[in-house]
Amino acid sequence: MSGEIITGKKTVMTPFNVIAGMVVLMGLIITAIRFTKGLGAATNLSDYNPWGIWIGFDLLVGVALAAGGYVTSAAVYIFGMKKYHFAVRPAVLTGFLGYLFVVVALHYDLGRPWRLAYPFIVGWGTTSLLFEVGLCVALYLTVLFLEFSPAPLEWLGFKKTRYLAVRLTMVLTIFGVVLSTLHQSSLGALFLIAPSKLHPLWYSPYLPVFFFVSSIIAGLSMVMFEGMLSHRAFHDKMDEEHLSESDSLTLGFGKAASLVLAGYFTIKIIGVAAGNHWNLLTTPYGIWFLVEMIGFIALPCFLYAVGVRDKNLMLIRFTAAWTVLGIVINRLNISVIAFNWHLPASDRYFPHWMEIGISVFIVMLIILFYRFIVTRMPILYEHPDYKGEEQ
Amino acid sequence: MGISRRKFLGWIGAAGISASIGKPAGASSISQFSGFPDSKGVLHDITRCVGCRSCEDSCNKINELPEPDTLFSDQTVLAKNRRTTTKAFTVVNQYISKNASEKPVFRKIQCNHCLEPACASACFVRAFTKTPNGPVTYDPDVCVGCRYCMIACPFDIPAYEYDEPLTPRVVKCTMCAPRIEAGEIPGCVSVCPTEALTFGKRKNLLSIARERIRNNPDRYIDHVYGEYEMGGTSWLYLSGVPFHEIGMREDLGIKSGPELTSGALSIVPMIVGLWPVLLTGIYGMTKRKEKNAFIEQEGAVAAAVERANHESIKKIAAAIEKERLGKKKAMEAAEKEKEKGIK
Repeated sequence: MSGEIITGKKTVMTPFNVIAGMVVLMGLIITAIRFTKGLGAATNLSDYNPWGIWIGFDLLVGVALAAGGYVTSAAVYIFGMKKYHFAVRPAVLTGFLGYLFVVVALHYDLGRPWRLAYPFIVGWGTTSLLFEVGLCVALYLTVLFLEFSPAPLEWLGFKKTRYLAVRLTMVLTIFGVVLSTLHQSSLGALFLIAPSKLHPLWYSPYLPVFFFVSSIIAGLSMVMFEGMLSHRAFHDKMDEEHLSESDSLTLGFGKAASLVLAGYFTIKIIGVAAGNHWNLLTTPYGIWFLVEMIGFIALPCFLYAVGVRDKNLMLIRFTAAWTVLGIVINRLNISVIAFNWHLPASDRYFPHWMEIGISVFIVMLIILFYRFIVTRMPILYEHPDYKGEEQ
Repeated sequence: MGISRRKFLGWIGAAGISASIGKPAGASSISQFSGFPDSKGVLHDITRCVGCRSCEDSCNKINELPEPDTLFSDQTVLAKNRRTTTKAFTVVNQYISKNASEKPVFRKIQCNHCLEPACASACFVRAFTKTPNGPVTYDPDVCVGCRYCMIACPFDIPAYEYDEPLTPRVVKCTMCAPRIEAGEIPGCVSVCPTEALTFGKRKNLLSIARERIRNNPDRYIDHVYGEYEMGGTSWLYLSGVPFHEIGMREDLGIKSGPELTSGALSIVPMIVGLWPVLLTGIYGMTKRKEKNAFIEQEGAVAAAVERANHESIKKIAAAIEKERLGKKKAMEAAEKEKEKGIK
């Protein structure tokens, strides 16, 4: 009897769960502070630095890394790579959770979050890039919800509704790509209005294109990176197809990522050339720019290519993680590190620990929701009732 | 493209102009908006400013702002590099020349009330309005608090009430819009003892500024700051020292905020219109390729089957023939045996 109780306890009190519990508790405490005492109590934001990591990381990085949803569904349904079908559901789920928590995180950053819908109710500020971002994110979140809905409907056994949802797949995929193209690029275009504040090496009229292209890289890499983590944690939940095809997906997506990275590197160079900013490359900011260009764009491009040629799955998966890190660095460079570069150090921004705390809290919530869903719904395996069905 | 331009178009004549008609005048328009005619502005002659801070004092009282940290008579704060805050719509800073023999220079900082404000074009709820009178005003009743206006402002003017949990507002100079509406002049201008500030129609101020430069070419840098910076501002500046030496950016360019983003915005409808066509096309091609591959495969299979059938028929025939021959041989052999036996 007592032995049973101990083993029962042990399954809940895993090291991960303990850490997760602590992070959630911390998040709730900071949430209380943020909403009762205001932004000033929980952040280092200032009049010079109105945007910190809640925008730079939670919004910009969050949206970029949630690009796996549209990238994978486009690959499978539009470009006809049917053998990667098994990867659509986990990618769409991550995309959905990613966007959902981008919106959740936004509530922390907005001064009056309960007015989030005002742009669409009170004043249509169509001259604002942020309006476009908001509209596209709202619509895309809906699209992702519908794309994801077959899984919970199968889980709940609502066959008719599921049938309707599945029939929408093609239309939703096309909508998803259109909306993603728009808001991924618009996130970069947000900074077009501030040429005097963003360092010239990062500022470019091509910013929207850079953001869109790098979102494809982020999407591809994130699907591989996430697949690697899922294989460790949820191996038992995966069906035959998932287990046998995931190596082929890693090779295919690795090849694609290498190719897109090569294109991205090229257009980034064109950006420097168009602005004729070569002379800035030897400044401290220039060296940091080169670190991003060589270390996080050229290097992963090369490593992906080598990994695919040698069929070295370990190398490709490592590169995927490295590339994801590169995307994080790029988005933080544009929103925080190279933004306001001209100001003296005393007026610059460094995040408050509570800002970091909320970002960690949000990431943890995504992981917990992901775990809750994949351990219950048919995400990593096909539901036996609908096996082999064309989707 | 800017709210201002749209409103301007509506204002100059086309009464009842609808939003949908107003919009095409944006990104694709070749017309140039150079400000509302007869809009007001202020000329700040930096060479005349003595750093008395009366303007700060007056601004504080008229706008009912919180008590300042130190009295307005305190001259020591001038040496600090201050900016506008939630408590101060305007501040005066002192700039000491590297050349010790030259007198220090004082500059007043406040919202420049751009002709096509970046803050207004960045706002997704249209909380900012460029009024035909000149002031750029802010409506806290619709503000969501995204602070994109602060990112957009090239002059680092808007401040935010970060410590306000429920009703945080963006705070900035209003150019005393209510007073201008009532025919009065802005508070800061009304109290300036040295006439370092002049209020009037912007176009008249530009003439005054040019005349001062013409009459005293040694006293002034030959540039009216704000005439073209960021598409032009309602506040204009004259200085005796290069503007960048007194903390004013000379690298802002002459494009207005809305112009910087209009290109990106103009591509949006193109993507909405063409992406579905492109994607459906790719889908169609993929489908067709799959279908063709299927047909080819079917054909190949059928051919293979036929070939196989053909061969097997031959084989069977051969086998039958062989058996027939075998039988014949056996029969003949048996016949022979029989004959032998009879013999």
